[in-house]
Amino acid sequence: MQSGNFLRNIWIIMKREFAGYFGSPVAYVFIVIFLLLTGFFTFYISNFFEAGQADLKGFFQWHPWLFMFLVPAVAMRLWAEERRLGTIELLLTLPVTVTDVVLGKFLAAWCFIGIALALTFPLVLTTMYLGNPDMGVIFCAYLGSFLVAGTFLSVGSMTSALTRSQVVSFILAVVACLFLILAGFAPVTAVLSGWAPMGLVDLVSATSVLSHFASISRGVLDVRDLLYYLSVMVFMIFVNGVILQNRESA
Amino acid sequence: MIEVRRLTKQFGKHPAVDNISFSAEKGEILGFLGPNGAGKSTTMRMITGFFPPSSGTVIVGGSDILTQSLAARRKIGYLPENAPVYPDMTVSRYLDFCAEIRGFGGAAKKQRVGETLERCFLADVRHQAVNTLSKGYKQRVCFAQSILHDPEYLILDEPTDGLDPNQKHEVRLMIREMSATKAIIFSTHILDEVDSVCSRAIIIANGKVVADDTPDGLRRRSISHGSVVLTVTGAATDDIQQRIEVLDGVASVSVVESDGERTTLRIFPDDPAVPVADRVIASANQDGVRLASVFVEQGRLDDVFREITTGIRP
Ligand SMILES: Nc1ncnc2c1ncn2[C@@H]1O[C@H](COP(=O)(O)OP(=O)(O)OP(=O)(O)O)[C@@H](O)[C@H]1O
Ligand SMILES: [Mg+2]
Repeated sequence: MQSGNFLRNIWIIMKREFAGYFGSPVAYVFIVIFLLLTGFFTFYISNFFEAGQADLKGFFQWHPWLFMFLVPAVAMRLWAEERRLGTIELLLTLPVTVTDVVLGKFLAAWCFIGIALALTFPLVLTTMYLGNPDMGVIFCAYLGSFLVAGTFLSVGSMTSALTRSQVVSFILAVVACLFLILAGFAPVTAVLSGWAPMGLVDLVSATSVLSHFASISRGVLDVRDLLYYLSVMVFMIFVNGVILQNRESA
Repeated sequence: MIEVRRLTKQFGKHPAVDNISFSAEKGEILGFLGPNGAGKSTTMRMITGFFPPSSGTVIVGGSDILTQSLAARRKIGYLPENAPVYPDMTVSRYLDFCAEIRGFGGAAKKQRVGETLERCFLADVRHQAVNTLSKGYKQRVCFAQSILHDPEYLILDEPTDGLDPNQKHEVRLMIREMSATKAIIFSTHILDEVDSVCSRAIIIANGKVVADDTPDGLRRRSISHGSVVLTVTGAATDDIQQRIEVLDGVASVSVVESDGERTTLRIFPDDPAVPVADRVIASANQDGVRLASVFVEQGRLDDVFREITTGIRP
């Protein structure tokens, strides 16, 4: 397989998917809800203004929790919808590989979430106006947030390929994402460390998006964190492809 | 050539397609018949690479659908059952997408899509979203997609389903026109279509091929093939029936209809290949008896279909 063809196919599929997002109200609803919720958590729960600090910690710390629900909502239709409509039959009989299609769809959805994330830029401008934030930290936090979204998306895309019901796909994805979060959530690790050996606690929390997100959003760009996100995504996308390839029915 | 080799598909324990083999050459139009649930769509899904077969394989123009899947799929145009198309795309956007993924770009893409829109009578709805189209138009969009790249092999699952009589006619014409350079396999429940379009027909039932023949060949299997249907007036039914029964070459005579004045008889010959119509006419031709009509039955595909797939003689 030539790589030119590979990239071209992914690009064509991405374009089609992307046009699909903005051709339906789902996209706008998603973006509006995302912006409203981030605003709500940042201003009312984290008390952005009263905190008196020119950083966005109170903004980013909510992202994994928001993405836990919002990203599966984007991901659930990726495959379940194709299966329900029967369009998967045409898609997978086109002269493209399963990898092309899975990646094309995944990247389109990820870009879409990236756009929603980018639309939070007024908040950055506000902090710049209020004080003198560390732009490096903010950039890293955005990157971390984008990677968390991608990780959840890869999980959601995989669960979407399992079923033709969007609801089932959504629930499975939320549960999986919740696990990925809770494994590193401080109250959970505290309970664990009460009886489990230290090594196990570390191992469990190493599977969590939260512990990797924490360091990245402090501005520490560690290769191990990047590797963690990328490997979860690659693994999930791979499983996604295997599921599609071994599907016994439509 | 499409070669289907010992294709089997199990869903659970139940084989939906059971060891099917056949082939279709370029220039052939192969009708794919069978009752509901016979396994037609499942077979087509394996030919196009959508379902992996439980065993067996398909060779499409020299490329194995399992091991050289992309090469094989490039040569195929496929119209799935129920014509699935993305509902929120417009017709021309959708065809653009199909053309791009098939490797066309720029002017070539524009020309392909434009031509196909014209050919499939879709030019008027090109900017309409698919979910606002009627069923027949959706079917046409999906059909357009299958012929867009001028494939060597066409697999069409009930291509005329949901079309109005004019469109059915157009699609049949198109299929016939294209057949010179292509191998076409299409499934249908309309037996007249088989007659007017196919060069060969395969009937499957319960996942097995139960007949593989030309439409004429199939018709010849009908018990009514070669029988003479005679309608006379002014003769006593018993009288004329007895007179014809004793003729050379006549096996039996049955009364189709009789109302005292008018009698319709069906005369079965000993051998359908040896005509008996002339003798029947000569013997019926006597004082006071008038021939209202006489014709030699070619046999009906409906009867053959029913007999082959259910075992019930009509
Ligand atoms: N995805 C599937 N899972 C389980 N069984 C299936 C699946 N698809 C088809 N079958 C079964 O396989 C058999 C053949 O179905 P198929 O759709 O090939 O029939 P068909 O000949 O196309 O019928 P029709 O004329 O109604 O279109 C049926 O018994 C059907 O229930
Ligand atoms: Mg069918």
